[in-house]
Amino acid sequence: MGWQWFHRLGSPRWFYEKTNAWIPWLALLSVALLLVGATWGLGFAPEDSEQGNSYRIIYIHVPASFLALAGYYIMAISGAVGLIWKMKLADMVMKSAAPIGAVLTFIALVTGAIWGKPTWGTWWIWDARITSMLLLFFLYLGVIALQEAFQHQETANKASAILALVGTVNIPIIYKSVDWWYTLHQPATLKFTGESPIDSSMLYPLLTMIVGFYVFFALVLLMRTRTEILQRERKTRWVKALAGGQTS
Amino acid sequence: MGKSARGRANIVSDLTFQFESFSEFMLMAGHGPYVWACYLITAVALVYLACAPLVKRRALFAELQRQARIENHELNKRKQASTENSS
Amino acid sequence: MNVYEPNQSRNDQDSTIQAQSLNTPGVWSGFWATFKRDGLIAVRHRGEMANPIMFFLMVITMVPLGISPEKAVLAMLAPGMIWVVALLATLLSLDGLFRSDFEDGSLEQLLMSPQPLYFQVLAKVSVHWLVTGLPLTIMAPLLGVMLSLPSAGFAPLLASLLLGTACLSLIGSIGAALTVALRKGGLLLSLIIMPLYTPVLIFGASAVNSAVEGFPIGGQLAVLGAFLAVSIILAPLAAAGALRISVNG
Repeated sequence: MGWQWFHRLGSPRWFYEKTNAWIPWLALLSVALLLVGATWGLGFAPEDSEQGNSYRIIYIHVPASFLALAGYYIMAISGAVGLIWKMKLADMVMKSAAPIGAVLTFIALVTGAIWGKPTWGTWWIWDARITSMLLLFFLYLGVIALQEAFQHQETANKASAILALVGTVNIPIIYKSVDWWYTLHQPATLKFTGESPIDSSMLYPLLTMIVGFYVFFALVLLMRTRTEILQRERKTRWVKALAGGQTS
Repeated sequence: MGKSARGRANIVSDLTFQFESFSEFMLMAGHGPYVWACYLITAVALVYLACAPLVKRRALFAELQRQARIENHELNKRKQASTENSS
Repeated sequence: MNVYEPNQSRNDQDSTIQAQSLNTPGVWSGFWATFKRDGLIAVRHRGEMANPIMFFLMVITMVPLGISPEKAVLAMLAPGMIWVVALLATLLSLDGLFRSDFEDGSLEQLLMSPQPLYFQVLAKVSVHWLVTGLPLTIMAPLLGVMLSLPSAGFAPLLASLLLGTACLSLIGSIGAALTVALRKGGLLLSLIIMPLYTPVLIFGASAVNSAVEGFPIGGQLAVLGAFLAVSIILAPLAAAGALRISVNG
């Protein structure tokens, strides 16, 4: 077996047909996990002693934040694979991952901001985590904008792969810098979720949601990549046959 | 915070609905609008993420079908013209 | 257009040395050739050197007009504002780093030369810094006076800007290389480079702020130095790769 599967990935068509069966299962699993996690977190996890019921936003904010960061790395790694091995599929995965990651970062930002209102009385606060997330959002927007700016697909892929890699190197630096900056300016009384260990009755729905978000990410990434494959291979016979048109 | 199997089983079996009534569930002791706004925005965003590829795919197929129809029409016209010429 | 000049041996009698140096130019000869060429072009367009400086001056003038002319307020804002505006001025000047060479074809020649692209890029960025970052750094104390910067802040301002603007030129060259082939690359360049600039901005502004408050700033300057060291090594590599993609794509 060895590396055969890796070389087969060079054929977008092989990938498309192989993943046909995965979609329904991923969809089922992600919807189940998300619904169970959300219901559990909203209705069955106990109220927080300090923050009351508003802490329930954590069940969205934390998974979205994890995925926002993970999504960038997935994007950068697939970009690197496409750059090094010149694999079309890797380029398509990178292009598909970018908007998904951007939306998730946006969710993390919005839920973080909304959470701030009942907790600290303000719609926006420049704390380390939200500021880092905002900068991550800008990094995503940069990659997406660069992708869209080029006429030629190959050049767009390579350029955005390089930008994604430069961003990857910078993300730890940015996070650490913002962290350090925040410690300079904020009094110690303001703590975000605090260092207190989270109770297991709150932890389990959180874990469910995190896994659910990951599976959902995989699902949507797969769907977008498949559509991208169809888009780029639309002149081939197999795609035309799929479309149902009569080929001459 | 026991991580033992019995501890975990207790968590699931001890699940109680935290609110007295549905209206209290909605209000969430005053934090309702914030929590529900977040969940709603997230739901909309996730549904968008899932539907966007489907919509694009359908549009692509419609476009391909339209092109195929035009190509077939052209082809048939040419065939007709050549049979007329040869007869 | 002859971009690089072969080394001229001083010793005419030793023809083998001459032949050797003609056939195998040293690694730094490409650097100096590009450096001299870009330097000459910059000197010929002396007027353009004034643009970032004027931008710097004018935007800083907007601060009291837009916010408040009170000394206390200005003094508080001064370190950050000077740093932010220096950053913006650098951003604006970056678009021209590779563009004119791209448009007349000399960038392609540069890519085809046997010299490592790393040194060519480093040379161009060096000239860019000498023409943009260094004047901004020298102007900064004047602007500090205009914004009522406390006296403790002036030396840290110079030191942090000296290190920082060099980093900004290096990191910015990556963005300039990525967008050189695009027509409206300027705004996109700013968008993609800004997040990468934030660590430099944080430590640079913090150095001046901490000095004004009376704290030692060795740490911040050390971090800026580290950024500079890493940027000198890595940024021209990324920019070289991006240039190849932009020109060949």
